[in-house]
Amino acid sequence: MALQSLDIKQRSATTTPSTQVRQTTEVAKLIDVSTCIGCKACQSACMEWNDLRPEVGSCSGVHDNPTDLGPEAWTVMRFSEVELDGRLEWLIRKDGCMHCSDPGCLKACPAPGAIIQYSNGIVDFHQENCIGCGYCVTGCPFNIPRLSAKDSKAYKCSLCSDRVAVNQAPACAKVCPTGAIQFGAKEDMKDYAEQRIADLRERGFAKAGLYDPPGVGGTHVMYVLQHADQPGLYHGLAEDPSISPLVSLWKGVAKPLATAVLAAVSLGSLFHYVTKGPNEVAKDIEDEIEREERAAREREEKEGAK
Amino acid sequence: MIRDPKDLKRYEPSERANHWVVGMSFILLALSGLAFFHPAYFPLTQLFGGPTWTRILHPYFGVLMAVSFLSIFIRFRRLNLMTPADREWLAQARQMVDGDDHNMPEQGKYNGGQKVLFWALALCMLLMTLSGLAMWRAWFELPVDIVRLASVVHAATAAFMIALIMVHIYAAVWVKGTVRAMWYGTVTRAWAKQHHRGWYRQVTGR
Repeated sequence: MALQSLDIKQRSATTTPSTQVRQTTEVAKLIDVSTCIGCKACQSACMEWNDLRPEVGSCSGVHDNPTDLGPEAWTVMRFSEVELDGRLEWLIRKDGCMHCSDPGCLKACPAPGAIIQYSNGIVDFHQENCIGCGYCVTGCPFNIPRLSAKDSKAYKCSLCSDRVAVNQAPACAKVCPTGAIQFGAKEDMKDYAEQRIADLRERGFAKAGLYDPPGVGGTHVMYVLQHADQPGLYHGLAEDPSISPLVSLWKGVAKPLATAVLAAVSLGSLFHYVTKGPNEVAKDIEDEIEREERAAREREEKEGAK
Repeated sequence: MIRDPKDLKRYEPSERANHWVVGMSFILLALSGLAFFHPAYFPLTQLFGGPTWTRILHPYFGVLMAVSFLSIFIRFRRLNLMTPADREWLAQARQMVDGDDHNMPEQGKYNGGQKVLFWALALCMLLMTLSGLAMWRAWFELPVDIVRLASVVHAATAAFMIALIMVHIYAAVWVKGTVRAMWYGTVTRAWAKQHHRGWYRQVTGR
């Protein structure tokens, strides 16, 4: 939900600039996968703060529950059992909106103001402007937004923009018992991540690193990964995400190009008409037909007279 | 409703009705579809009861057009088979556009340009229907890569198709005496003799 207390940097389907004069501090959520114990307190806190109740599902044989994100489940824990160098690792990733700096959902959205990006980096859905087309799903490189079957509106994590607006950390960060979810200024989160990464490297995770993918301009939800060289291990986390070139084409150059073509065809038609004039039936053909008809009539009259 | 008993019948009432259903559904589709294509056209959603209603209705207009277009396609496909005379006509089309149609080769019921338009529209309609179904989230859920490709195809084909229809409408306005064929199905003998001499001879026996 759009908040007056936060500056809007970008608005979907809007061609004029949004608020520019004030730059607020860029925020980020840092999820340290190495210290997550998979307790799902974050899921519960998310449900509680946002007042969401996904339908009770059934056990699918693994720990994931619910098994997927949904209009009422804005964050879910993804559990991956991975064998590396003969050791079993249980990699647990808290999945949800990454709050990209270059959001594919916002780029694809055709409804003015249905998706907004605050100057602090949070990408928020404004459901009262949402028309339910699902273009955000098409645009998202992380497969996050979900259309509700109840109201055909799209939903996803808001990074608790309502809490952040009043200087509170998101509900998931607030509740995390191990401190695996941290929230603050993006710069501070990067500094904190450095410490965590140094610690992990010391403990044998040589490829530990920060996940802040540059393909989408960086994200406002970042991960500390033990195996940053293989993000795919973490339930298929995208290796090098970016907005699909097809989406960029569709929502980029195609728009002015098609508009120009249609304008050219309509203006071309108009000027063709006024310069070349209409294509009328030639006078000589009309006369010809008239002569033929007169001759036919005369023939008929002659035959009638006989 | 015959203005002059000597006028030539070009279209049956059912053909005209079919064309009007296609035409009306096309206009509804173009206006509602453009609304989602570029923010500049978004106010068009007000014609359909607001943006959400536009999103709901657009694909149903599409189903109507797909069905009515299929019907018109079946009716006219044989009349639109290309012949050598059509190719010759197309080679000289520039002269015609320039305003001089005296040297154009004799044409049957449809000229080369109309036939090219017919097949181009048929291809567009096929692409629009398939890509449109892939994007219709109320009923279908396809892999995101397919939906992305469908979105580009749908937008590009739509722009091309709108341009084709603009040309189609303009040609009807430019060539005087044509639009009445769409309204009441008849054309004058002189019109037929000038623009479709082969057809004129076929129907009059002259």
